[in-house]
Amino acid sequence: MTLDVRMPIGVFFVLVGGLLAIYGAVTLHDPGASPTGVPIDLVWGGVLLAFGVVMVLLALRARRRAQPPGAGNRLPVRGNR
Amino acid sequence: MTHVAGIDYAVMLLYAAFVLGIGVLLRRSVRTSEDFFLSGRSIPAWVTGLAFLSANLGAQEVIGMGASGAKYGIATSHFYWIGAIPAMVFIGLFMMPFYYGSRARSVPEYLKLRFDEKTRGLNAVSFATMTVFSSGISLYAMGKLLHLLLGWSFDASILVAAGVVLAYIFLGGLTSAIYNEVLQFFLIVFGFAPLVFLGLRAVGGWPGLSARLATAATANGFAPGAYTHSWAFMDHAARNPVGVEWFGLVMGLGFVLSFGYWCTDFLVVQRAMAANSMTAARRTPLIAALPKMLFPFLVIFPGMIALVVTPPATTRAPSAQVAPAPGAAVTVTAAAAPAGVVPPKLDPRTGAPLRDARGRVVLDYDLATPMLLLNFFPAGLLGLGLTALLASFMSGMAGNVTAFNTVWTYDLYQSYVRPGAPDAHYLAMGRIATVAGIAISIAAAYVAASFNNIMDFLQLVFAFVNAPLFATFALGMFWKRATGHGAFAGLVAGTLAAAVHHGLSLPAGASVGVKGGYLGLLATFPSELAQTFWTAIVAWVTCFLVTILVSLATRPRPEPELAGLVYGLTDKPRDAVAHWFERPVVLAAVVLGLTVLLNVVFF
Repeated sequence: MTLDVRMPIGVFFVLVGGLLAIYGAVTLHDPGASPTGVPIDLVWGGVLLAFGVVMVLLALRARRRAQPPGAGNRLPVRGNR
Repeated sequence: MTHVAGIDYAVMLLYAAFVLGIGVLLRRSVRTSEDFFLSGRSIPAWVTGLAFLSANLGAQEVIGMGASGAKYGIATSHFYWIGAIPAMVFIGLFMMPFYYGSRARSVPEYLKLRFDEKTRGLNAVSFATMTVFSSGISLYAMGKLLHLLLGWSFDASILVAAGVVLAYIFLGGLTSAIYNEVLQFFLIVFGFAPLVFLGLRAVGGWPGLSARLATAATANGFAPGAYTHSWAFMDHAARNPVGVEWFGLVMGLGFVLSFGYWCTDFLVVQRAMAANSMTAARRTPLIAALPKMLFPFLVIFPGMIALVVTPPATTRAPSAQVAPAPGAAVTVTAAAAPAGVVPPKLDPRTGAPLRDARGRVVLDYDLATPMLLLNFFPAGLLGLGLTALLASFMSGMAGNVTAFNTVWTYDLYQSYVRPGAPDAHYLAMGRIATVAGIAISIAAAYVAASFNNIMDFLQLVFAFVNAPLFATFALGMFWKRATGHGAFAGLVAGTLAAAVHHGLSLPAGASVGVKGGYLGLLATFPSELAQTFWTAIVAWVTCFLVTILVSLATRPRPEPELAGLVYGLTDKPRDAVAHWFERPVVLAAVVLGLTVLLNVVFF
């Protein structure tokens, strides 16, 4: 088994969070862009982006720990508890 | 109908690409049937835990619990704090050692090991049938909702969603389903959390929501706190919106239905069986219980808020503006104005709002959460919310299909059609069963669309079959004297008793038919839920008693054959954990403590 589930989840949320945050920043002053008055796309995009980054970092850390010294760039086993 | 912007489509397409990508990445890791059906028993507890929870997060959960939140208020949390958590703790501590330790590959296979072939066959056939029809009902609900809210084609919606689920299960088997369920879990959390935040902000927080719901409760003839207290009005069925008294609730929901589902349904148990150790398998439902107890805030609160919130001034979806049935009128008049953002239920023929016997407009509670989403989310976040909805439909469907392909291949095909074939043959059959399961689900979705009451009818049959199951498992695991003949007779008698009780009773205001009363009328219940809970109690008690009586009259299996299958004849599992706080019993104590706290806070 060669896939740490945190990596695709992390990358997904980095992309979605980034997309939302950029869209939120671009449409910040558009009428109707935030029906509740809260710039929610920008704020929540940032939250998703941060979550995605944390997941990617956790997956990378697990990959480093799973590699014996000098083992090259092999992918980790799935037992990332 | 709501206009969906390009950014919303981009988020949805990104999601579809990732779920398919996970399937493609995992394709090479599926070499044996155990890899395909049981993930090679190699997944860590936190992943199986979130998948255990997510497999249950289907359409009925996200849309249905929002609907119940609007209809019953915070009392809906009983489905979590009484109707799920105790059972999840019980299976983790007491039942998982038998499921995992027996090396059974499915729940029906455990029944074969513990009882006999006919009990396994009965359970396998009923379970396989139920899962594909459940999957079809979920698909139908999704297609209907997307057509109603967004005007999307019903056919295209269900075919695309089914195609995506088929692709990632076909490629990566159970592992792919589990990994995607973890992604779906986070999507649902991140998709609905801002909805609760924005909704609560709009109604003035919990104090504001309580005040508004107090007005709604009074208008419906209840005490002001009836929608915001979970236990305070449970002393009598007439005093709470659920229409159930505490005994029926605790016994019917908290014991029979809850334990019957969480402790015996292979759909969720399969996730724990994929864990990489006995301890991980036992921790799976306990880890799932932690977020599960907080889910009322994510899925019930939106319904409660939708009932009383005032829509924002600039909104993408004016209240009650939904796509009508073909040929029906669209306008909802002021006289039939919705409550909050919950639209009235429209007559499919005329397009006019439906009214109850007292002339009040009947609300379409199923649209409570989706309408809140359309009203409060701007473009961008709407894409995330819609993706979360799609994820919930897909995870529910994938859970059903992976359970179906396993039970079909191991418990029916390998047992009755072609035993003794090479492993590669069963792996191929698993993939064929996945395609067949999806195809039957699509067909079931069209059947559900064609017949008005088919969904009610199917769910009724499921309830009849599920309700007595926990009695069979409880006796099988904890009473060594229980026999195969006893278990089989108990299951059949329990199912029949459920049908008879349902046929002799009716919820108040309902007409004879799929709601009951078709064998005569001996009892009337204040609500449909009360009738369901008491039907479950009757089924369980009947199965329990018949199993005992028939077991006592038949010859038991020798004790050595039951080692590893029955409590008392099995060594207690030893926990392989690094720290004391990782032990299942400690986790269980924390889960139960927090659940009691939540019940006290919302008492």
